[in-house]
Amino acid sequence: MADVILVVVEQREGKLNRVSWETLTAGQALAAETGWTLEAAVVGSSVAALAQEVAAKKVDKVYAVESPKLEPYTPDAFAAALKQFLESKQPKLVLMPHTYQVRDFIPKLATTMGRAAISDCIGYKKDGHKLVFTRQMFQGKLSADVSFTCDAPWFVTFQSGSFRGDQVAEGAAAAPVETVNVEIAEGVIRTKPQAAFKEAKQAVDLTQAQIIVSVGRGIKEQKNIELAKQLADALGGEIAASRPVCDSGWLPMDRQVGSSGQTVAPKLYLALGISGAIQHIVGMKGSHTIIAINKDSEAPIFEIADYAVVGNLFDIVPPLIEEVKKAKAGS
Amino acid sequence: MKTLVCMKQVPQKEAPLKLNEAGNWIREEVSYEVNEPDAYALEEALRQKEKHGGEVVVITAGPARAQQVLREALAKGADRAVHLEDNAFVGLDALNTARAFAAAIKDEKFDLIFTGLQSDDYGYAQTGVVLAELLGWPHATIIMQIEKNDAGIRVKRELEAGFFQYVDMPLPAVLTIQSGINKLRYATLIGIKQAKNKPMRKVALAEVQSAVSANLQKIERLYVPQKTKNTEFLEGPPAEVAKKLVDKLRNEVRVL
Repeated sequence: MADVILVVVEQREGKLNRVSWETLTAGQALAAETGWTLEAAVVGSSVAALAQEVAAKKVDKVYAVESPKLEPYTPDAFAAALKQFLESKQPKLVLMPHTYQVRDFIPKLATTMGRAAISDCIGYKKDGHKLVFTRQMFQGKLSADVSFTCDAPWFVTFQSGSFRGDQVAEGAAAAPVETVNVEIAEGVIRTKPQAAFKEAKQAVDLTQAQIIVSVGRGIKEQKNIELAKQLADALGGEIAASRPVCDSGWLPMDRQVGSSGQTVAPKLYLALGISGAIQHIVGMKGSHTIIAINKDSEAPIFEIADYAVVGNLFDIVPPLIEEVKKAKAGS
Repeated sequence: MKTLVCMKQVPQKEAPLKLNEAGNWIREEVSYEVNEPDAYALEEALRQKEKHGGEVVVITAGPARAQQVLREALAKGADRAVHLEDNAFVGLDALNTARAFAAAIKDEKFDLIFTGLQSDDYGYAQTGVVLAELLGWPHATIIMQIEKNDAGIRVKRELEAGFFQYVDMPLPAVLTIQSGINKLRYATLIGIKQAKNKPMRKVALAEVQSAVSANLQKIERLYVPQKTKNTEFLEGPPAEVAKKLVDKLRNEVRVL
């Protein structure tokens, strides 16, 4: 039997999480490189329609792994269901997107199967016959190529934005879909989740902003945010922030950009005093142009900046505001 | 309530990192600090103790230098510390670290175990969830609030894009704690003095050796990331940089 790459896509309340297309793109690339078979699985209750959606892409087979106990999501149910499914199918490689939900169950699933998961990868390489997976370490300062030293199945999660969801290849014809019913015994599920809700009433939708001026810890104090707001106003943009600024209550949570907040891709993202921690970068690396001002020349934000200024934002932003105003007033 | 907080010592955020000769780890001559999410986990445990009584025990697995993290935790109000002390703990993967923790606490009865949601050095976000599986306990991740009730606890789990979710679960349980769940306290002078007399149990690698095995994954190579972006650095005094930026905004980015 050929080796199989299995992409486990994510769905919530009957809708596929779009990041799943990125994981499928990764699976297609790996299948092309290794010659292995590519399959996919949707996990939930009554997910056959979603499986059909996945089957339209270039994939050899799609499974709907089903049980009424898989809705709502719980780590106990998902780990039990996937363990059953994977033990019967024995894929070589299992790929998932590095979402909050996957993080909640994949270490449990890997451990219960006596295996390992390499999480939050940004790519892969073929090193001779060996597959190595690249991931960022030390908040993005260094990269690591990591290999498995255990048997398959190997579990890998990919960071959001590391593959292009819009580049997923369509299938020539719909792939076959098979429903697999899994048994989840009484007493397996120990947690009771309530419905998801949004806390902050959303006063601003950052995903619609074309220009964003974002502040990080380098803004030092709440009162300094005013300076960044002036720059945002001068440019006609929105103000945003990294997590620590919102945690301190200096800006409301709906201004947060990052894995816990909004993912944005504006025409211009101006990062002031933001170091570039992975959890923040993940929310803005798709921006068309990134300008970063930070006094630390080693800040990881400079890895992804188009224009960079190593300097004190409090020295640079005031004259910048003036120059922007002049430019807008003038020609 | 008896709570265990798993804590990790990691290189300081601003510490310049150098690769070792083998190119598979960093040179250890850096300054270290507590993993930030773990500091929030400790703070949450201390607040739960203030509300419900009980005991807070802190544990770490690392070289001798990692003791500093435990001392600071004791100074902030933790009652006891356990130090799995050996250089070898630095290289253990999440599975083996969790196994070592489970072995070290096998004679204790905790109601809650906290870890930070992930570490700032490895960033795998796995140890807490693996530990829950090894202990056979329920777990929840990326927690922003914990409330005790008769049936156990109700936790507030953070989801992406500003969403949250309450989850009810029984005790004992493992929770991975999100940064920003609370505001961190400073250790007081009295706390620092009292910390010196609080119990610090040392556990040698030999004591947990039978529980751990070889890592299931390996860092083949650690390296400075290849830059894919062609970053243009703008230099000069602030007034000049401001003009250069506006020039770019007008002519390249076209937002002016």
